[in-house]
Amino acid sequence: MDFLRPACWEEALAAKAEHPTAVPIAGGTDVMVEINFDHRRPEYLLDLNRVGDLYEWEVGEDSVRLGASVSYTTIMENLRAELPGLALASHTVASPQIRNRGGVGGNLGTASPAGDAHPALLAAGAEVEVQSAGRGTRRIPVDDFYTGVKRNALAADELIRAVHIKKADGPQQFSKVGTRNAMVIAVCAFGLALHPGSRTVRTGIGSAAPTPVRAEAAEEFLNAALEEGGFWDNGRIVPPSVAKRFAELCSGACNPIDDVRGTASYRRHAVGVMARRTLTWTWESYRGTAARTEGVA
Amino acid sequence: MRVNFTVNGRPQQADDVWEGESLLYVLRERMGLPGSKNACEQGECGSCTVRLDGVPVCACLVAAGQVEGREVVTVEGLAEAKGRAAGPVDSQTGEGTALSPVQQAFIDAGAVQCGFCTPGLLVAADEMLERNPDPSDADIREALSGNLCRCTGYEKIMDAVRLAAARQGEAV
Repeated sequence: MDFLRPACWEEALAAKAEHPTAVPIAGGTDVMVEINFDHRRPEYLLDLNRVGDLYEWEVGEDSVRLGASVSYTTIMENLRAELPGLALASHTVASPQIRNRGGVGGNLGTASPAGDAHPALLAAGAEVEVQSAGRGTRRIPVDDFYTGVKRNALAADELIRAVHIKKADGPQQFSKVGTRNAMVIAVCAFGLALHPGSRTVRTGIGSAAPTPVRAEAAEEFLNAALEEGGFWDNGRIVPPSVAKRFAELCSGACNPIDDVRGTASYRRHAVGVMARRTLTWTWESYRGTAARTEGVA
Repeated sequence: MRVNFTVNGRPQQADDVWEGESLLYVLRERMGLPGSKNACEQGECGSCTVRLDGVPVCACLVAAGQVEGREVVTVEGLAEAKGRAAGPVDSQTGEGTALSPVQQAFIDAGAVQCGFCTPGLLVAADEMLERNPDPSDADIREALSGNLCRCTGYEKIMDAVRLAAARQGEAV
């Protein structure tokens, strides 16, 4: 095994181009487990800890450009206002020790269906910025990024540089089922974001299909129901029948398996429950904000 | 591969390090610092918790090569950094060094049973008390949520951290 230690981003790209089999390591919270357990013996480890750019983030007009190695701890402490869904999801990652090392770039690189960041990214709307030495930069919509169980759209010579995540324009929530509050790999997880600007709702489901997915049929149904009832304007509560149907459609978007953490039918059920709850929480919050605005006006 | 880094304030060099080796292995097997414990090797148990440039991490999940030029503090460094020696100190073994307040509090509160999880808990608790001198119970639970103890049921550990916080407050 060779340990490659690029000092900057250009060197990292050059190393990846020269050694396409090199396994990038940043926080190490996935890669080192595989090495410790002899599940993986990469020819090259490509250490990204010296690439300072990857630890930076930038809050823009409409989106946040989040460097691939920005830790979950940093996201929780600094980006709660801009990225509330991702901040909530970050807080459910493992433990403080793991959150100090791990980041969204690694979550995307591993592309596990159970990665905690994915539902939040799908719900908020995001693009993954990847780059190779030969072909330059491209931005992959997060919806197209996950291609299979622990597979993603990266080419062998590409590295993840940053994620561009839409700034919240409304309430966001994240919910995760596990056996305790810390150190849990999600049995299943659900992210939901209200986008009052475009009058749409977006979702993200974790650990209940081969890849993280959006519940698109559920989103379409809910968008239509909210529009039809004038709910974005009148701020009324979402009728229980609408919430129930939304939850059923979210369950229907799952394609889960039975495994050690839970059964397929439990996952389907739990995703429905989380969908209804997160919709209620975010909608209550939206109504509260709307009421306050009216009061001021 | 050679790795140079600072451990508990002293520059160290490790030679013939395998590229896939963890920081934990280097500390225990090459530096003679067995305080950081090796249990799960997957970041679940926290018994290998050390500070890397001040930040608590699981040493089993840090590749040795990643610590080049960086600073690591292990449980062995706690007493030296924070204890007040009563008499002469042996610079090799650290014998004679007074325990750090959080170590003393763990003893006084009976928070140590088999002792295997203790080093990781000490490093995590010490770091939290640095950041947050007056933690709520929820703060303590959260800070220690990555450290498993299979003996105590955590109550005595909670007592110990509260005690350390109270003593730290009195000292100021």
